[in-house]
Amino acid sequence: MSAEAKFARKLPQLTAENTPFWQGGRDGHLLIYKCRSCSDLFHPPQPVCPSCQGMDVSSEPVSGRGRVVSFTINHQAWAPGLVVPFVIAIVELVEQTGLRFLSNIVNCDPDDVLIGMEVVVVFEQIEDVWLPLFEAAQ
Amino acid sequence: MNFDRFYEKDVAITGIGQSEVGRPSQKTASQLTADACLEAIRDAGLNPTDIDGIACWPGDHNNAGDSFSPIGSHAAATMLGLKVNWYGGGYEGPGPLAGIINGAMAIATGLCRHVLVFRTITESSARLVSKSASALTNKTQGRDGSYMWRWYTPFNVYSAINLIAIFAQRHFHEYGTTSEQLAQIALTCRANAALNPKAVFRDPMTLGDYMSSRMISTPLRMFDCDVHCDASTAIVLSRSDIARDQPNPPIRIEAIGSALNVPYSWDQLPLTEMATRGVGEMMWARTDLTPEDVDTAQLYDGFSILTLIWLENLGFCERGEGGRFIEGGARISREGTLPINTNGGQLSGGRTHGLGYVHEACSQLWKRAGQRQLKKADIAVAAAGGGPLGGSLLLVRD
Repeated sequence: MSAEAKFARKLPQLTAENTPFWQGGRDGHLLIYKCRSCSDLFHPPQPVCPSCQGMDVSSEPVSGRGRVVSFTINHQAWAPGLVVPFVIAIVELVEQTGLRFLSNIVNCDPDDVLIGMEVVVVFEQIEDVWLPLFEAAQ
Repeated sequence: MNFDRFYEKDVAITGIGQSEVGRPSQKTASQLTADACLEAIRDAGLNPTDIDGIACWPGDHNNAGDSFSPIGSHAAATMLGLKVNWYGGGYEGPGPLAGIINGAMAIATGLCRHVLVFRTITESSARLVSKSASALTNKTQGRDGSYMWRWYTPFNVYSAINLIAIFAQRHFHEYGTTSEQLAQIALTCRANAALNPKAVFRDPMTLGDYMSSRMISTPLRMFDCDVHCDASTAIVLSRSDIARDQPNPPIRIEAIGSALNVPYSWDQLPLTEMATRGVGEMMWARTDLTPEDVDTAQLYDGFSILTLIWLENLGFCERGEGGRFIEGGARISREGTLPINTNGGQLSGGRTHGLGYVHEACSQLWKRAGQRQLKKADIAVAAAGGGPLGGSLLLVRD
């Protein structure tokens, strides 16, 4: 493979349920599903609340603030053009204990990332997807 | 929930077989499968005409790519000319031991008497063609629409190691586990592999070798990763009352752990427990035996940290104490109180992926482990899986 090979992130297929999550960034919002019956936020998006099985669910904006639950610095260049090292992390959102998803921590030295670090969402647009990534909170 | 009937105890392992373990093998997946299956059937004192059930995991499933599972139950049954009452495969189940767990259920419910369970893998050959043959991102074409991976691949998660490294980092953070402690999994496996003629890597490994091996995804290094191979492993399960007339002393399935008490997901589950906690609790609830009774544990080491998490959640040490339990390696060595992965595991023996642990447990219980034979080996645990995948077996030689 040539050194100039262009790296492209693999993008998710959009569905009726996950489109708010992947496109909320267009308006600068991180959109997370909420159950109207028990008020629990949950992720990944689905038509049923996993806590109370309520069906009255829809996405709403959250603050985009969270904490690093755990992370890894990936050093292996798995694909041509993939720039390493980079950080993969699980971030818990401040709104609710256990509300979390996997993402990348960007705009900092990978060695500066710590468990417990406060982070805030930043969006990276590729085609019709706004990837919710995180950077250190000020 | 309380149960008062544990039908897995009516099922025994009566034969084992394994092809060569190549890196790579010159044999095809079909040849490897035939070698393993016919050896296991012969070992059980049976003919292929006696086999009336067949099972495997994950079987013929497109999502995993060919080299991860080139042969399924349909293909193997047809190739071997079997006539079966029951057959099964498929990815959804309690991890790499799902074929055994399903086969035991089929016998216990009276669908069949002798089930052939097998697992074939040819990842070594595949990687000669493409080094990223087993990468997650290759499992779907175009945009990722898979149930689970679509939440990870957009963030450049290319390998399961990235997810498991996140578990390891959390374990290090919460419990003070260190790389020097974790190294003991890899060092123990390598020391055991030296006594296994079929093991892929048999040269001695030192702590220095481990610590200086390439960092792949912090805190996991190259020597925390298992080694791809081409191999097939087969196990014959028989109804216990019939098994008494077969040549090998029956190895009873004393208890099964197959629970999934957490989301089927790599980022929503308890990071330092995965699915293993529910699996362990279920298995021990189905027997009067306790972890102290176990002579050897063959525990999944697709990545080293998974072995440590299994040790904790199967109750061999307190949760969070795994690092200190394996420190220095004495307890888990062949001379220790709980010898693990006595054939070299997948880290040094080869990624036979699941059934290798059962094959080795039976080899030990039948006193056939050659140079690596343990002095006392009557009760064994085999457990396999990582992340949301997990299943375990408590095995007793009657």
